[in-house]
Amino acid sequence: MAFNYDKYLRTSKMPTLWCWGCGDGVILKSFIRAIDKLGWEKDDIALVSGIGCSGRFSSYVDMNTVHTTHGRTIAFATGIKLANPDKHVVCVAGDGDGLAIGGNHTIHGARRNIDITMILINNFIYGLTNSQTSPTTPRGFWTVTQKTGNIDPTFNACNLVEGAGASFVARESVTQPRKLEKVLVAALKHKGFSFVEALSNCHINLGRKNKMGSAMANLEWIDSISMPKKKWEALPEEEKMNYLPTGILKQDENAPEYCEMYEEVKKAHQGKRGKITQDDFAKKI
Amino acid sequence: MSTREVITSGNELAARAAVDAGCKFFAGYPLTPSSEIMHVVSDLLPTIGGAAIQMEDEIAGVAAAIGAGMSGVRSLTATSGPGISLKAENLGLAQMTEVPLVVINVMRGGPSTGLPTRVAQGDVAQAKNPSHGDYKSITVCAGTLEECYTETVRAFNLADRFMQPVFVLLDETLGHMHAKATLPSLEEVQASIVPRKTFDGAPEDYLPYGAEQDQPAVLNPMFQGYRYHYTGLHHGPDGFPTEEIETCRLLIDRLFRKVDEHKDEIESNEEYMLDDADVLLIGYGSASLAIKEAIRTLREEHGIKAGLFRPITLWPSPEDRLYELGQKFDKVLSIELNQGQYLEEVQRSMGRRDIQKLTKTNGRPFSPADIIEKVKEL
Repeated sequence: MAFNYDKYLRTSKMPTLWCWGCGDGVILKSFIRAIDKLGWEKDDIALVSGIGCSGRFSSYVDMNTVHTTHGRTIAFATGIKLANPDKHVVCVAGDGDGLAIGGNHTIHGARRNIDITMILINNFIYGLTNSQTSPTTPRGFWTVTQKTGNIDPTFNACNLVEGAGASFVARESVTQPRKLEKVLVAALKHKGFSFVEALSNCHINLGRKNKMGSAMANLEWIDSISMPKKKWEALPEEEKMNYLPTGILKQDENAPEYCEMYEEVKKAHQGKRGKITQDDFAKKI
Repeated sequence: MSTREVITSGNELAARAAVDAGCKFFAGYPLTPSSEIMHVVSDLLPTIGGAAIQMEDEIAGVAAAIGAGMSGVRSLTATSGPGISLKAENLGLAQMTEVPLVVINVMRGGPSTGLPTRVAQGDVAQAKNPSHGDYKSITVCAGTLEECYTETVRAFNLADRFMQPVFVLLDETLGHMHAKATLPSLEEVQASIVPRKTFDGAPEDYLPYGAEQDQPAVLNPMFQGYRYHYTGLHHGPDGFPTEEIETCRLLIDRLFRKVDEHKDEIESNEEYMLDDADVLLIGYGSASLAIKEAIRTLREEHGIKAGLFRPITLWPSPEDRLYELGQKFDKVLSIELNQGQYLEEVQRSMGRRDIQKLTKTNGRPFSPADIIEKVKEL
């Protein structure tokens, strides 16, 4: 029997505002299958999105949903999570949203290792606002603000959050929806800040001016720049920078989670335990 | 009712008021001269099972506080003018999504970094419209140590009644003033708490933004079976984005009218020695302490009968009472620690342009002598 997505969707809000062939729908479906696999109640999930095409994600899922300001998903989600530590909180952001205007919050969400899953939809461009350069737009690409070719270096989002302290980091692409679902299950289950970069296509506002004006051409390009982690690790060092490894890139189940540590803060203030010291942490500095 | 006497600072009183009023969440960022509020709630909230978090910046501070408010708990953030400037966009989101929140601004000298450890009342105009777009701000302004406490309690009730952010303006003088304050008993405070309305019908009948045109949204806590949507986009009664012309008009009209048509529930003023006065002084916040002393001296030593009108709710302004007073008094002096931000409101409300002003923007408080000298010149 075909999977029943409707159980998790606000069907009255369909069709989506996304362009025909947009990868965001693949991510939405993968996310829904992941939630279903986990058996989570819709009521127990808050989904927070920012601004951009990805921002509309929150309109479509039948959960407690918040469409916030540009870049601030993690900050809003932190308030929801810390006030309701037994609930599930998920953020959906775009590459401009989560890495440019909201980069600071992404870094600090990762640093705190708060139990939030952040799905960063990376389509390498500001799609909704018509093709401005994003922090992941490859150099040499046409953008409306750099018509002679982008000169801005790119962020490697997964390396960024790993460096900032995220305890779960993964990357997958919309060309691999089953793998994406699997990665999302692992990320959602993970206790701590889990980051999933979902490589997606924007053949309309990235592709058309960069010789991949169809969804297929854009998706083929994504496949040409990404490869499973194992294959990537076998590459000669000098070639690694030209490809994005996919799969689970980091998974540390032992890193202290923020809300759990905050319970210790409460206990300390309530006289139920002594002060928190360096001995409470394996990592001393 | 019994009272409590405490010796402490305005900032600590505001923090303790929040916790006594049922606040369970604080998020903020260090900013002089407001930081003591964060220091105090960081101790008090975890003790009662709540949470306080120091975020990575001012923007995140207000965002996390709004997030907690969206989930249904009473929530607080505190800062000073530079922090409000950074928080402005998200305060607009809270206005648009009708999320209750108390925002304490302990005012310091500005613009920009200004005078971080000195007093000013320069954020009064900012409090009226910190964010872009149309909405009606609610701003209360403490004038005594006691009011640092009682106005913070009142702000939480106003936020839940009108479902929007409410500003509590303190200033550096009050925030750092350390003296005795007489507070209402905890029982009295707790008895005064009126939590936000909730909808208890069937989820399929729930229209969070389907309120009457003069009423706020009814937003249930998250995770209780009412799965609705918050968005900063124009939205219809169901909370989902729309560009339908009449729905858009009605939304902004309601955001305005829910406050404008219930000003009587929000307005609060003090009239001091006004009944027999010949000269009307208008001032608020810590400046009113010097004004009151000046009034006593003017009456005792100079034979000048001056009186004070002190708005405690600055926004919406007490425009009707100001108009009446403008009809009654010939000599009117507006006194504030800025270049005349409230003077414009006084002029507008009274329909007069001959209001005298006494202003100060050098980071120092008024002394009674400043005021006495000016009143004698009138």
